[in-house]
Amino acid sequence: MSGALLEGILEHMAIVSIAVLISSVLGIIMGIIAYWVRFLDSVILWVSEVLQTIPSLALLALLMIIFGLGDITMIVGLVLYALLPIVRNTYTGLKNVSPHLKDAARGMGMSKMQRLFKVEIPLSFPLIFSGIKIALVNSLSVAVMGVLIGANGLGTIIYCGIQSRNMMNILMGAIPVVIMALVFDFGMSKIEKKLIKRTK
Amino acid sequence: MSFTEFVSKNYNEILKSLVRHIELVGISILIGILISIPLGIFLTRHKRVAGPVLALAGTIQTIPGLVMLGFALVLIGIGMLPAIIVLTLYAILPILRNTYTGITEVDKSYTEASRGIGMTNMQTLFKVEIPIALPTIITGIRLSTVYIVSWATLAGLIGAGGLGDLIWTGLSTYNTKYILAGAVPSAILAFILNGLIGLLERILTPRGLRRSRI
Repeated sequence: MSGALLEGILEHMAIVSIAVLISSVLGIIMGIIAYWVRFLDSVILWVSEVLQTIPSLALLALLMIIFGLGDITMIVGLVLYALLPIVRNTYTGLKNVSPHLKDAARGMGMSKMQRLFKVEIPLSFPLIFSGIKIALVNSLSVAVMGVLIGANGLGTIIYCGIQSRNMMNILMGAIPVVIMALVFDFGMSKIEKKLIKRTK
Repeated sequence: MSFTEFVSKNYNEILKSLVRHIELVGISILIGILISIPLGIFLTRHKRVAGPVLALAGTIQTIPGLVMLGFALVLIGIGMLPAIIVLTLYAILPILRNTYTGITEVDKSYTEASRGIGMTNMQTLFKVEIPIALPTIITGIRLSTVYIVSWATLAGLIGAGGLGDLIWTGLSTYNTKYILAGAVPSAILAFILNGLIGLLERILTPRGLRRSRI
């Protein structure tokens, strides 16, 4: 059984990390577009908010119609679900960079890209990082539902426990999820504090 | 059979699930409010216990919904009661945290002014602190409601009914129409409740504190 547990943990982590990685890339790009193209900002933020409002089981079931059973559906669901905190934090972070610094960068003759990569993103990175943290911690817990749409992960063990009404099995699947969520939350909050100190 | 035919044929079943879903959400949010607002106010008066209580509530929030429903199923059984208990637990944290931060962040000058004009503690709480913190508290209620509409779709798994029942039937028989009949109304429900409570948030902001939305 411990083999199955280890496998569950690894699969769970794999699904969540792939999803959060994709979501981070996508979310940061969307945040940058929202920041650059003024009339798109409310649309982009609205879309990512609506995505998160959709009940998770409903979203997963709808995605299953399109992508079928399996890990891919779960990853797509998690990517959509994790977008909001990343997009919102990227957008807010870029927007809140002090206008003096933006002006100074422009005055030095930096291009739009240079300003973005050398001034704006480095300064807003702590907030972007915090968005990724929120997305990751949430995804760890949402990924448990993967079992309902045929994905792997710790949900499998938990669901077995529910079906056989076996408290031990439920706990065996649930405790690693909660521990992972708490560890990532704690560790990434520590890093976040260091990042904030460095940009100040 | 097209989807519209399916809907007209199963109209009653869908409506029944929707009503049950609203019942589940409504009851658990109501109990959640009744527990967490007084508790939040209590915590602002006893700051030393606030940290541990909020941390505990935060930890409960990281437990996946499926797990909590599993516990409830094993410990209490199937039906509406275990589902409502679990949903209420999830409703508590956002409201509790927002009540606590909302009241803690009320500007000291307001509370001192109210003391200065001779208000009692209770008057300060009900006439100054709560009205100023109300928009933040309502935001907490909004966040909770959206969560609960979402977790309530899982309640179908432990026999509590609701729109999750339809989704679940669809998933286990690979029937797209059932999935749509459950998923679409639940998404719309979450969306509407989010909008309505958001509106309430704006209306209940004390007039002197209203400013353009950021």
